[in-house]
Amino acid sequence: MADQTLPIPGSLRATPSRGAALLEWLHGWVVTVDHKKLGILYVVYAIFFLLVAGAEALAMRIQLAVPHNHFLGPETYNEFFTMHGTTMVFLVGMPILFGFANYLVPLMVGARDMAFPRLNAFSFWLTAFGGLLLYFSFVGGFGLYGMGAAPDVSWWAYAPLTAKAFSPGHNTDYWALSLIVMGFGTLGAAINTLATAFSMRCRGMTLFRMPLFVWLMVVTSGLTLITITPLTAAQIMLTIDRYLGGHFFDTQAGGSATVWMHFFWIFGHPEVYVLILPAFGIASEVIPVFSRKAIFGYPVMVAASVGIAFVSVTVWAHHMFTIGMTSVSNSFFVLSTMMVGIPTGIKIFNWIATMWGGKIRFATPMLFATAFLFQFLIAGLTGIMLSVAPWDWQLHNSYFVIAHFHYTLTGSFVFCIFAAIYYWYPKATGRMLSERLGKWHFWLFLIGFHITFDTMHFVGILGMPRSIYTYEADRGWNTLNMIISAGGLVQGIAVLVFAWNLIHSYLHGKVAGNDPWDAWTLEWSTPSPPPVYNFAADPVVRSRRPLWDIKHPNDPDWKYEQ
Amino acid sequence: MSAIQNSIPIFADENWRLPSRGRVAMFSLIIGESAIFTIFVVAYIYYIGRSTSGPTPSILDIPIFNTICLLSSSLTIWLAEHAIERGRMRAFGAWWALTIVLGLVFLAGTAQEWARLITHEGLTIRTNLFGTTFYSLVGLHATHVVVGLVMLSLVLIFTLAGRIEQRHAERIQVLSLYWHFVDGVWVVVFTVVYIVGR
Repeated sequence: MADQTLPIPGSLRATPSRGAALLEWLHGWVVTVDHKKLGILYVVYAIFFLLVAGAEALAMRIQLAVPHNHFLGPETYNEFFTMHGTTMVFLVGMPILFGFANYLVPLMVGARDMAFPRLNAFSFWLTAFGGLLLYFSFVGGFGLYGMGAAPDVSWWAYAPLTAKAFSPGHNTDYWALSLIVMGFGTLGAAINTLATAFSMRCRGMTLFRMPLFVWLMVVTSGLTLITITPLTAAQIMLTIDRYLGGHFFDTQAGGSATVWMHFFWIFGHPEVYVLILPAFGIASEVIPVFSRKAIFGYPVMVAASVGIAFVSVTVWAHHMFTIGMTSVSNSFFVLSTMMVGIPTGIKIFNWIATMWGGKIRFATPMLFATAFLFQFLIAGLTGIMLSVAPWDWQLHNSYFVIAHFHYTLTGSFVFCIFAAIYYWYPKATGRMLSERLGKWHFWLFLIGFHITFDTMHFVGILGMPRSIYTYEADRGWNTLNMIISAGGLVQGIAVLVFAWNLIHSYLHGKVAGNDPWDAWTLEWSTPSPPPVYNFAADPVVRSRRPLWDIKHPNDPDWKYEQ
Repeated sequence: MSAIQNSIPIFADENWRLPSRGRVAMFSLIIGESAIFTIFVVAYIYYIGRSTSGPTPSILDIPIFNTICLLSSSLTIWLAEHAIERGRMRAFGAWWALTIVLGLVFLAGTAQEWARLITHEGLTIRTNLFGTTFYSLVGLHATHVVVGLVMLSLVLIFTLAGRIEQRHAERIQVLSLYWHFVDGVWVVVFTVVYIVGR
């Protein structure tokens, strides 16, 4: 319709030369304000850094596979675990979730684009250049050991290690500045997502008809507003300390290292919910479609998500039980942390209830979503264990904690991201990802994941601390560490299979069609890939599953919802 | 595709209305900014009286004139919003310009205060903890005033060029929200720095 009345630039000219065409194609990606292209840019950017940070993790695992290894020196090891953490949270987690928000929220609410397309492009490029700034430190950073030093203060960067006296040079500044830059990018993306979900909905798309993914992105974005900003504030204070000689975290002049810990974890703990809530959104889209049932308890799912967001801002000091707080504070944070278990438990029961009695199809997205359910449950249970202050006193800074949060971030967040990529890749590219390679990817990754992170719990209970570059041979950790590293290798192979699948299927995959999964949300009513204008006519919806209503005119959802 | 599109039954409410995206975005920004200010205010309060040396907050003078200027600029910008909504463009321009003048007076007052503190009292950002927290908190607020003034001045330039019309009222109101926020934050900063902390 639109393409009959509007001239398409360039279509009337003779075919340009290959070089000119390539340049124009690149130029199109750089100047784009289209939410779908920006969404793809975010996701591609995040997958690239997933490979980079994964390689860093593998290098660390090779170093730790045997005691007294010399694969990485202590200073490189410090840089690698700092960069691995920072990259995975800020350059993989945040961009990929806002990538999916960008691509899907306008399509799911029936809008032409995000509320502010240019702000959207600005946010992406801030994030992109923030990431490049961080990684430039490997070449241009000057640190304790001279040139070419990446940040090595760990991703939480506790004071006073970050003071000028203990971290000379400017590799720590690369860390602070790039996070400030990316923080503004994230803030822009969150504002945009909220404005899109609230103000761009198509007719009939009331708040309680929005797909759960959109709801979860609204909650995530709202949480981002009050989560990323404290980090930005703390980074500004750190920069003032380092550049202007301020004393915020200068313990010599009355400043407090504990204040940094509080500020960092006021950001840091809600941040993991910022990452996991979109994963819940993905699971809430994938599980119903592959169980052939509407989501169980939609209003409760929304309420539980909002509840998680509220509780999550009151739990930060459970990262700080070992610094010696009063018993009142300890008890408060123990109880508030345990309370998170209630809404998350509700969600797990609702997903299981959705699958219960359904005609489950175990396609690759569903496999990942199912594994997510089990792993997230275990992650939650070890979380409850760690929330008990005396237990935490024993295991703080041990590999048990590492195992716990990798169960949430890898076992839950990354598994859902993989589910999402297998689920929406056909929509974005028009081609299906190979199911055969997908199954290889799933099983290798699942087995590798469990070999690595199940074993990590044991080595943690045996007392192995985190952030050490080597260990003595007589501690009884040798075999377990070798097993953990082997599992890491299996995961690395799985991710390579996945990367190959992305490329191979883009060129040779089966053509997907509009709606390969027989799904129910609005994005599947558009062609794959959707045209720039998304919807030829503004859609109008009457229930939570508009496509179900179309496909089943005799039994539409709107008869039962309202 | 359009076959699918057209077959979606139209049952939606005829009075389908959505909140303004500008307002939603500005309120979101204000929530985010509030979190930044909260962190700086908490740091200020926590560090009151913890300086190991140097001047203390008792050297501060209460900036009453400044505060009156900034708070009344909230009133003038509200009058400007009111004027543009009714299409009285000359009144709008006048109130808008007055808002900018009041903002500039506030900035000048802050500059004067800082000049006195630096030259007479010897208080800089690196002198002690009080200096660090004071200049960062008041400076963070002043930065927001500067950003606000830049945006207000852009609107003024467009107004003088005759490019702002009644139909832009909503955008003007969204921008004004930011200015009201900056004023509101000053109430908090003023209370914490000049009343509680002194």
